[in-house]
Amino acid sequence: MSMRLTVNPITCVGHGLCAELFPEGITLDDWGYPIIDPGTIPPHLEAQARRAVSACPTLALLVTTERSAADVRK
Amino acid sequence: MTVLDTTDIRPSETAVRFPGTLPRLIPNPPVTAIGAHLDWYGPAPHTGAGLIAEAERAGLRGRGGAGFPTAVKMAAVARRRGGVVVANGTEGEPASDKDKTLMALAPHLVLDGAVAAARAVGADRAIICVERSAKGAIRALRAALAERHAARMDAIELSVALTPNRYVAGEASALVHWLNGGDARPTFSPHRQAERGVRGRPTLVDNVETLAHLALIARYRGEWWRSVGTAEDPGSALVTISGAVARPGVYEIPLGARLAGVLAAAGGPTHAVQAVLVGGYFGSWLPAAAIDQARLDASSLREWGAGLGCGALAVLPEGACGLAESARVTAWLAGQNAGQCGPCVFGLPAIAGAMDAMVQGDNHGVAQREAGRWTELVRGRGACKHPDGTAQFVASSLKTFAGEIEAHRRRGPCPGPAGLLPVPAPGAWR
Repeated sequence: MSMRLTVNPITCVGHGLCAELFPEGITLDDWGYPIIDPGTIPPHLEAQARRAVSACPTLALLVTTERSAADVRK
Repeated sequence: MTVLDTTDIRPSETAVRFPGTLPRLIPNPPVTAIGAHLDWYGPAPHTGAGLIAEAERAGLRGRGGAGFPTAVKMAAVARRRGGVVVANGTEGEPASDKDKTLMALAPHLVLDGAVAAARAVGADRAIICVERSAKGAIRALRAALAERHAARMDAIELSVALTPNRYVAGEASALVHWLNGGDARPTFSPHRQAERGVRGRPTLVDNVETLAHLALIARYRGEWWRSVGTAEDPGSALVTISGAVARPGVYEIPLGARLAGVLAAAGGPTHAVQAVLVGGYFGSWLPAAAIDQARLDASSLREWGAGLGCGALAVLPEGACGLAESARVTAWLAGQNAGQCGPCVFGLPAIAGAMDAMVQGDNHGVAQREAGRWTELVRGRGACKHPDGTAQFVASSLKTFAGEIEAHRRRGPCPGPAGLLPVPAPGAWR
């Protein structure tokens, strides 16, 4: 499984906790709204990414997982 | 009612009467009443799901701006039961008049298309959405519905819904949200309208011009339909031509037509041309040099960094200030944000502010740099494409009017007021 983050831009109000908890994958723009790294999250950072997701006060940060080709073959 | 496959359709005499000629959608004089409409086009055949394959053979793409293949959208709705068709005639784009004109002058062709689409995807109802301010279109559609009702023409339920006058209210998710009783703002949902739309039912949202083309394809088949246009971009399209031309208005063109020829059809430019806005307020400026070279189809316009979008063209004459015009439109676009997504709510006004600073000459290159950076920053970060479309327009303005920006930096604002491109007052959300 590979993991990505996505943000619901309507519910996000720019608290910015996600960028503090997961700076490797999230930065903030000029107005304090998260810019999410579009790539998949390396396995060793997944726990950190999940912490950022559960810390979001408006539940705007979402995890999407997708099965990779390797998973499908298994 | 027996639903036939399109393989049963034979091109009618009308198709033979105008095989490769235009206009197809709005005859001159128009055929607004049901009798004249049926005399001109022939009866609408009872097509079913076969129309999806016919639309694919035609190569029909959406005429609302995004240009998505219509057959793909139809197939996604047809896979599910109990569908609804939404005919999108909300034309919030200020430089575009083609949908309102089409609905006012050819209401039955739009309704034929909505009915044919509904039968093709297994929907029992079609809702025609029109902006409240489009009085002529509303009057014509209501009269047409009354005629069809009296003649018991349609086995599906047809209705007209009057939508709020907001630019993003016509975005598919905003329209569906509004039809479901919410306000006309875009939504962020993992479900597409094809899965869950109006009242939770699978919903086909198609632009009214797209549906009118579909009505022609149902009658005369895809091969006839693609006998004009290019192989890659077949068919015809309605365009709205405004600005410095002798006869501004709505015209039907074959895709792939030369820009120079299209402007000539509108009486030609009244002044030396500085630039042409192609694709409306989510579109791009083409320099005057493009007039003799560019063709109005996706592949040619791509070379100029543009697209046909909703087909709105605005001609900017020499002497007008492209920077001031663009700044005014940018401010309007910024004000049209739905107040929902941070990057759009804060980013677009910031960009508009930078554009205004450039007009005032209060720049030192900072505003120009920031506007360029912000346009890249807001792309893809809204629930809808409002920030992306605005970014496209601003990036094109910065590039096309670089000389104007430099002139303002050295000499300050120009004396003439901007006002060539229309910027209407915003309406309510419900």
